[in-house]
Amino acid sequence: MTVRAGTIPVAAPADPRARERLLLLAGPLGWIALFLVVPCLLIGIYSLFERGTYGGIEWNFTFENFRRAADPLYFGILIKSLWIAGLATAIALLVGYPAAFLIATSPERWQKLLLVLAVLPFWTNYLIRSYAWIVILNREGAINNLLRGLGLTSEPLPLLYNEFAIVLGLVYAYLPFMILPLYAAISRLGADLIEASTDLGADGWRSFRRIILPLTLPGIAAGSIFVFVYSLGNFITPDLLGGGRTVMVGNLIYDQFLTARDWPFGAALAFILIGIMMGLLTLQAFLINRARRIGTYD
Amino acid sequence: MTDHPVARLQSRGTRRWLKGHAALVYLFLYGPIAMLAVLSFNDSGLPTSWGGFSFRWYGELLRNPAILHSVANSLVVAFFVTLIATAGGTLLALGLEQGRPSTALDSFVMVPMIIPDIVLAIALLSFYTTLQFTLGLYSIVLSQSVFVMAFAAAVVRTRLRNFDRSILEASVDLGADGWTTFWRVTLPAILPGVIAAALLSFTLSIDDFVIAYFSAGAGRSSTTFPMQIYAMIRFGVTPTINAIATILVLVSVTLMLTAQRLAREAQP
Amino acid sequence: MNRNKWLGVLVVVAIVAVGAFLLWPRPPAKIVISNWDGYMPAELLQNFTKETGIEAELAVHATNEEIMGKVTAGGGKGYDVLFVSSPFVEALAKQGLIAELDPGKIPNLANLYPEARALAYDPNNKYSVPYAWGTTGICYRSDLVSPAPTSWMELLRPADTHKGKVTMLATDRWLMAAGLKALGYSVNSTNPEEIAQAKALLIEAKQHLLAYDDTTFYSKLVSGEASMVQAWDGWCNYGIAENAAIKFVVPREGSDMWVDTMVVTAASGNRDGAMAFIDYVLRPEVHRWVAENILYKVPNQVAMEALDPALAQQYPNIAISPAELMALEQLRDLGDAQKTYTQTVTEITASQ
Repeated sequence: MTVRAGTIPVAAPADPRARERLLLLAGPLGWIALFLVVPCLLIGIYSLFERGTYGGIEWNFTFENFRRAADPLYFGILIKSLWIAGLATAIALLVGYPAAFLIATSPERWQKLLLVLAVLPFWTNYLIRSYAWIVILNREGAINNLLRGLGLTSEPLPLLYNEFAIVLGLVYAYLPFMILPLYAAISRLGADLIEASTDLGADGWRSFRRIILPLTLPGIAAGSIFVFVYSLGNFITPDLLGGGRTVMVGNLIYDQFLTARDWPFGAALAFILIGIMMGLLTLQAFLINRARRIGTYD
Repeated sequence: MTDHPVARLQSRGTRRWLKGHAALVYLFLYGPIAMLAVLSFNDSGLPTSWGGFSFRWYGELLRNPAILHSVANSLVVAFFVTLIATAGGTLLALGLEQGRPSTALDSFVMVPMIIPDIVLAIALLSFYTTLQFTLGLYSIVLSQSVFVMAFAAAVVRTRLRNFDRSILEASVDLGADGWTTFWRVTLPAILPGVIAAALLSFTLSIDDFVIAYFSAGAGRSSTTFPMQIYAMIRFGVTPTINAIATILVLVSVTLMLTAQRLAREAQP
Repeated sequence: MNRNKWLGVLVVVAIVAVGAFLLWPRPPAKIVISNWDGYMPAELLQNFTKETGIEAELAVHATNEEIMGKVTAGGGKGYDVLFVSSPFVEALAKQGLIAELDPGKIPNLANLYPEARALAYDPNNKYSVPYAWGTTGICYRSDLVSPAPTSWMELLRPADTHKGKVTMLATDRWLMAAGLKALGYSVNSTNPEEIAQAKALLIEAKQHLLAYDDTTFYSKLVSGEASMVQAWDGWCNYGIAENAAIKFVVPREGSDMWVDTMVVTAASGNRDGAMAFIDYVLRPEVHRWVAENILYKVPNQVAMEALDPALAQQYPNIAISPAELMALEQLRDLGDAQKTYTQTVTEITASQ
């Protein structure tokens, strides 16, 4: 039987590894190119043309869509979305880091269980988890009933349909995405490194700030990018938990495609999000490259 | 020594604080789900009053053909997405872990994971529209496979990293060909990772609403489970949702435990 | 080894074949009907198939805009009958996405009120057949709001006790209609000055809003989360069904008259089947059953005259006559001005 090249680890002459690598990667990268890169380039093209009165594309070249994205209304929505996504990311980081730290430094037996428990809620449907918060936060919901039952409040608190509810929903939905990379980064810390720092007499807090924090930066970056970019593009949470009173850029894109039928403008907004995402990925790659240079990332 | 070296650094106070914090985090994560589970047995279906224990909402769930139909659609889609994504993701992982690490390539492979779903969804909708595709369940499979594949690759890669490559070379030295080496050596070694990847793929596919929604064709024949749930949630507090949530949690716990057992058994 | 390999290839081929079979969209052997969720009795399609032998499948959309977006994107492929509101009929017709109807195939058109045969957006039912009609007003809890509201202003500038307990519709045309009517303007106004005034008023109103809500406002009334909501007459009835203290009022400034219609897509592979469906709905006993089921007024004179009078007692807005409806202002397609409406509504919902 002959061995066809292209099959998995095989020693063939003439730079075998590179060829092998190419053959392994051709399929999946081709798929990603066809169903991700091409569609994204396509909306890049759409964003440079005019819309027709009833939707569709008029093939007249224009920068109008990007100019419009910069007008105060839409720019304001973008800023607001960045703010909400940033807030959700910061809270997820503050909540997730100590939790990931505890999991990563627990006895091995516990580690697995704690990690599974942290990720498990993410396995139930996202929409249902948002729905749970509607039941909890509404004026006649669980929390307000509890507070009134205890006699702490007489009037129901407005917990739902505001930015508070949106941020809460985002943190809840994406916390596992923060905990996982943080856990990976923290458990990767070498024992010798830590011991070296204690030997030098560094106390807990200082060794955390000087050594652990910088070394787990790639994990922080990965988790934060996930939470930030997902939050930025989210349109369901503002819709369900925000009661439609807060518009985020995800809603705007959704509306352009399904309500306003202004595909070119929606495409321009989507392209801006792609730009933000690429910027953040570049930043992350920079952090990882630096970590690789100093040998703390494999 | 059971403690992680880092743990020894922390004073007992810090440790206690960390534990308390983690307890609150888990309460935050599970509280809402637990509440839905309790409510699913509440005959009144309302969070405000307890109408007695009942299986009423589970019965209504089983009598709802739209929900059952959408679950069947989701399972079919998830099955094929899992196949494509696990196979593609494994190849991707093997390819990426071979040779010098490339940060650029790593970042590129992160794009499908990180791209906001609404952006990918509308890009794919534009793509299919331009090609004049008639949408259906198959287009959901094509669309979901892109981002699911990247997640699957990430899972397999973690496994590959902890895997001693010298046994591959030994296998080749002993005269085994590529296929043999892959089936007999590589695959068994990374199997727990592949199983975990398949499981994650399945879950991601079942959970995905946005990309499926924009890639789906007309009618009930391409309505998936999350699309059905979205329609129900938009129509307000529907107690059947509580029953769905409870069943989902049970299913995912079972799946997770099975996966862990399989992974342990597959360990060479 | 070789055998393993072929086995592998075989398995892959089998999987691809099964996948193609399960996933590929089938040729349209049946007609696909897209309607709002719950806007039709659940057994209607089954009965239709039983009587006519034509297979039918239901798709649902949450809003006009959503089905409009899907149909514009895909050219309407995969759909045969759409349920859309009147202004959208005009927009779909202008784009050539819906087919002209053949009155010979819909003899039951004769059951409609004369008014329903001569609606401004589609005279003589060239493209569309009305399915249900009504108006938009204030749906409120009479035990919480007294005296009863009579003006849009009471919704837009609620008394202190009702602040934060009001919801409004989020879809462009109806949100704008509340603002425009409150100021005495047309619901189809394209005058920039009038639109700007309505916008200012609606931004002010947003401060006192619990949420924008197109689908669950009635359950917010029932639960007490809201005390006053902007609502379609028929949908207010769902609240009344659960709490008799809920009432509906058309504000004195007037309101819109909307018509939800059935249209046939130009892309339909079975136009005869689609028109047979429309004709089936127009049968007096079917259309009456629809009205009793969804609690909306239907424009079918024979059906309405046969309606159980108890229904109009429990749900007074069912008794609004066609003449009274026609006295309100019909919603029309705005053409290019639709962009202005969409942008204005975005400005309102994005405002602080």
